[in-house]
This record gives sequence, C-alpha cells and structure tokens, in this order.
Amino acid sequence: MDGLLSTSFLAALLFGAVTAAIPLLLAGLGEQMSEKAGVLNIGIEGMMIAGAYLGFVGAYYSESFWLGFLAGAAGGVAVAALMALLCVRIGLNQIVIGIALTLGLEGLTALLHHFQFSRSYPRLPAAAVTPIPLLSDIPVLGPALFRHHLIVYLAVAAVWVMIWVYRRTQLGLNLQAAGDKPAALDVAGIDVVRTRTAAVLFTGAMAGLGGAYLANVGAGLFIPFITNGAGFLGIVLAMLARGRPLWVLAGALIFGGCLSVTTAAQVAGVNIPTDLIQMLPFLAVMAMLVLFGRRASLPAALGIPYERGAR
Amino acid sequence: MSQDALPAVGLDASAGRSSRRDLARRLAITVVPILVSLVIAGCVLLAVGVDPFAYYGFVVQRGLLSGLGLQQTLTRMAPLLFIAAGLIVAFRAGIWNLGGDGQFLLGAVTAAASAPLLVQVLPAWLALPIAFVIAATVAMLWSLLPALLRAYQGVNEIITTLMMSFLGVSLANVLVKLVFLDPSTTVPQTRTLPVPDRLPRLFETTVTSGLVFGVVAIVGVHLMMTRTAFGLKLRTVGANARAAVHAGLDVPVLVSAVFALSAGLIGLGGAIDVVGTQGNVRADWNPAYGLAVIPVVFLARMNGYAAIGFVFLLSVLSIGGESAARRLGVPQTFTLVLVSIVLITLAIAEYLDHRFDRARRV
Repeated sequence: MDGLLSTSFLAALLFGAVTAAIPLLLAGLGEQMSEKAGVLNIGIEGMMIAGAYLGFVGAYYSESFWLGFLAGAAGGVAVAALMALLCVRIGLNQIVIGIALTLGLEGLTALLHHFQFSRSYPRLPAAAVTPIPLLSDIPVLGPALFRHHLIVYLAVAAVWVMIWVYRRTQLGLNLQAAGDKPAALDVAGIDVVRTRTAAVLFTGAMAGLGGAYLANVGAGLFIPFITNGAGFLGIVLAMLARGRPLWVLAGALIFGGCLSVTTAAQVAGVNIPTDLIQMLPFLAVMAMLVLFGRRASLPAALGIPYERGAR
Repeated sequence: MSQDALPAVGLDASAGRSSRRDLARRLAITVVPILVSLVIAGCVLLAVGVDPFAYYGFVVQRGLLSGLGLQQTLTRMAPLLFIAAGLIVAFRAGIWNLGGDGQFLLGAVTAAASAPLLVQVLPAWLALPIAFVIAATVAMLWSLLPALLRAYQGVNEIITTLMMSFLGVSLANVLVKLVFLDPSTTVPQTRTLPVPDRLPRLFETTVTSGLVFGVVAIVGVHLMMTRTAFGLKLRTVGANARAAVHAGLDVPVLVSAVFALSAGLIGLGGAIDVVGTQGNVRADWNPAYGLAVIPVVFLARMNGYAAIGFVFLLSVLSIGGESAARRLGVPQTFTLVLVSIVLITLAIAEYLDHRFDRARRV
C-alpha cells in the first residue's frame, strides 16, 4: 500500500483530476450560457460526441492537435446550429430534439467509427505539454497542475472571461433577460431568437471542444460512446452553479477528482470491480443534487420557446 | 415543458371522435415522417458504402416475412410494450422519466436472481409472479430518489433519472458479476431459469406469452389514463401542475405515484424479458431499449393502441437490424440513427401541421 500514497502517485492523481475536469468544465460553461438564455440543451451530449469524433478525425489526419480542436468545436457548432434551428427558431420541444440529437450522434459516430477505424483503432501521440515556468517546479503540485496542454489554461481562463461577460457586458444582460423574461428583451428592441441562437452556438463550440479534448488529450483515441454522460454532467454543473462560472469550475474539479480516483484505483489494481468504481462520479452527482438540488434555481423561461405575443 | 411542439400531449390527446379528414391528416403526419426518415437514413447508409435497399430489404425479410423472424419480432415486443406503457404513464403526466435503461436492467437482474431460486421451492405459477413483484419493486425503489426530489424539492427529473440510469446500469453489472453469479459456470452470468419453468409459449410457436402480458399492460395503462378519475388527475398534473394544486390535488403524491408506476412497469418489462425469453442475465448485457422506445411513444401520440403498432415496427427493425448487422456488417448503432431521425422529422411534421391548422382557422 506504500505506493498508493507516494508523491508521484498523488501528482498523477491530481493530474488526472485536471485532465478529467476540463471536458466537464467546457461543457458546463457552455451549457450555463444556454440555460441562462432559456434553452435547456439536452443535446449537449450529442454535441460533445460529435466534437470528440471530428476532433479525433481532424487531429489524426492533419497531425495537429490545434486543427483537431478546431474541427471538434466546428462539429459541436454544426450540431448546435441544427438544435438552434429546430428549437429556437421554429420552437420545437427542446427535450425531444435534445434526446434525438444525442441518440442520433451517438449512433452516427459509432457507425462512422465502425467503418473507418474499427480494424486499426489508431491512437494519437501524447499531447505536447506547456509547463508554466517556476510554478511547474513545485513538488507534487507542479507536475500535477502546471504541466498541461496549453488549452487547459485557456479553458480555466475562460471562466473569468465568462464572469466578465455576465457581469460587465450588455451581451451578458441580454442573455440573462432572454432566459428570465424574453418578452422584456423583445420590447427593448433586442432579437430574442438571435440572442438564444448565439448562446446555443456557443454551447456547441464549448461542448465540441470538450469532446475533442476528451478524445485527443484524455484518451488519445476515439471509441464509440466515449463521452459516457460527460455532457449530462455538464448540465448538472450548470444547474448547480446557478449562473456562476466559478462554481462550474469548482464542480468540474470535484467530479474530475472522482473520475481520476476511478482511473487511479483501476491502475493501482484495487480489487474492486470496475463497474462499482465507475459509479463514483454519478454517486457524487446524486449526492450534490440531494444536498443542493433545492437551491438549483433555473431561469423562469427555461425550456419554453419564445413566441412574440404568446401569453 | 411540453407546450407548443407537441400539441397532442395534453388533455385532448384521447378525443375519440375524429372526423375522417382529421384521421387522414393524422395518418399523413405519421407516415410521411417515417418515409422521410427512411430516405435520410438510407443516404447515411449510402455514405458509408452500404446499399440501403439491401439493408431495408434484409430488415423486412428477416424481421417480418420469415416465419422464425416474425416469431422473434413478436417475442421482442413483450419487453418493449412494458417500457412503452411505463413511458406513456410518465409523459402523459408531464414527467420525463429518462431512466428507463437502469430501471429495466435492475428489474431484469432481480428477476434473473430470484426466479431460478423460487422455482426450486414453489410451483412456477406462484414463483414467477413473486419474481415479477420483486423486480417491479426494485425498479420502483430505483426511481424513489428522483421522485422525491422532483415532488418535494422541485429538482428537474430529466437529469436525476438519467444519472440514476447510469448508476443502475453499473449496479446491475456489479450484481451479476459479484452477487448473483452462477457458481456452476465460468461465464459471468446469473443462474439460468430452466426452459420448462419459463413463461409458456403461445400455441405451437416460439412466441412468448409475455406478449399477452405486454398488450394487457399497455391497454390497461391507456384505459387508466383515459377512462378513470385517477388518470384524469395525472393528466391534469401533466397539463398544468399549478392548476392541479388549485383544483385541490395532492400533486407531490400524484407525482410520486407516476414515478412508481412508470418505473415499475419498465422493471416488469426487464423481468418479462428474462423469465420469458433470456432465462438469465449475462454480464454487461444492456440492450438500451429505454431511449429507443421514446420516439415510438411520441409517434403514437401517447395513445396505447397506436403504440402497440409502432412497437411492432420497432421490433421488426430491432430483430431485422440484428440479422443485417451480422450479414451486411452494419452495426446495431444504425438503429439509433434511424430512430433519432424519426423523432426529429416527426417533431417537424407536428409543427408544420400545427402551423397549417392555425392558418386554416384564421
């Protein structure tokens, strides 16, 4: 048992927690903007798996991680555009379309993967890390927190960008109004449909990026159903964070920690079946929902398509 | 949350006296989306280099036209009908129970664990119903937390049921691998129920009598929702929970009852599948019927009788798709693609119909 508590193991555990947290953080931040604007984006799981697949395909053929991330984000946006068209513009039921997009993209990516990669299962090389000078030399914490791919730092920085957008900009106010009282926003001369569409597209980009990170950096390959509920965890994070980006970060790190323990326990050969360990993050989610669920207030107009003049 | 997109969801869904023109319209907005979906999904098949006519031909041939295939299709309908019944209860009452997979598997595993032991000490006519009760109870318990959170804390049930579904699938695997493992074989699976003790087959065929139970369940649910005071109360909660409170209904209790009924029926579906057809549960078995049945329930517009027909179609697709997967190398996940396209085209058709209907009235 000595090995379990060694410093290198601890560093690996923390490193894994950050790696697992980044897709959740990106999905959570994206979903938060959709929910703020009044769109419950159940399709985020589908956007994520589309991002994971296209991100992997992009990185594999272009041999560039950045082009992979770009392809992943583009894939997420493409799915989000469909969602925005169906749910925001013509006002179809967000839950039905969300389920349909998730099911369809899980199926489609698995299908494409089957015909493309199922014989070879190609892997990407390990992602290049950008160590932060000085900080990365701290024992344990250095290698765990400050030796990641550049996109990890950008994702964390995005938290503060979101805070600034929500608190300081007109756009943030518009988004909030689109979720709380869309009619008021309409009267103020701002296009509700356009505001919500922008929010959904942003969600798609973030979810797609998260998926691409999950496949390219986290796993190094694409396998069918690789997201395994990460998008849904993003929805939970957004629900519990009540519009605050910092809470999404905190929640993502907690769930990421659970996922990391899951992996570490498997690697360390702890004699518990993997299915039992895999339950841990979802147990954490249910515990959080039981404890804080009552206060998970959502925008008033969430899930309701806006129709001018409708009562 | 189901306001505009699905106008048939509310109280008027069961209005029986529709004119002939209305019937034709309903037929059109059901058949056209299915045809459009088949074309779009066919294009997907073309894109991956599979002849769509060969695939669809195979599905129809194996799932519908061959004698053995048709019997398998009818057998497959049994669990699907129970799931559809469970979803109709929930959706009509405005509850999004998306945890079907977990509830189904836990029902299946508990039935698989209890039935082989019960038949050793009790006659089969008593043992199997007890196994059904245990399975339904466990599935109900699995929905208890989402039910209480929704009923008393107002926590969105979409997320909680999904999370419990992930947990339920894992737990079912743990139970198969650790607790209910058959000691007499090295294959990780539960004890196998001997064939003579399973649900009897219908007449001289291989079709399980579970099909009859499934039909009874879905018709029973339909009549309960449309013809009883209890059903009206549930539909009132679904149409407008606030109005239901003002009407003096105990909404939290009704919501909890909906969860229990829905999960119980879905769990029974798992039990019927095991006791009637499978005989045991293998480790990592997850047919993931739960989400695939959702489009069926919408296609049927929450109508139990119509759902029987659409469950039959899904069943043909499922059995035929399994054969096609072996012969043409198209993985089963293609069914997911087709089902999701049906959902989207159906929603668009409903929307267009709604638009034209309003334009006609104005």
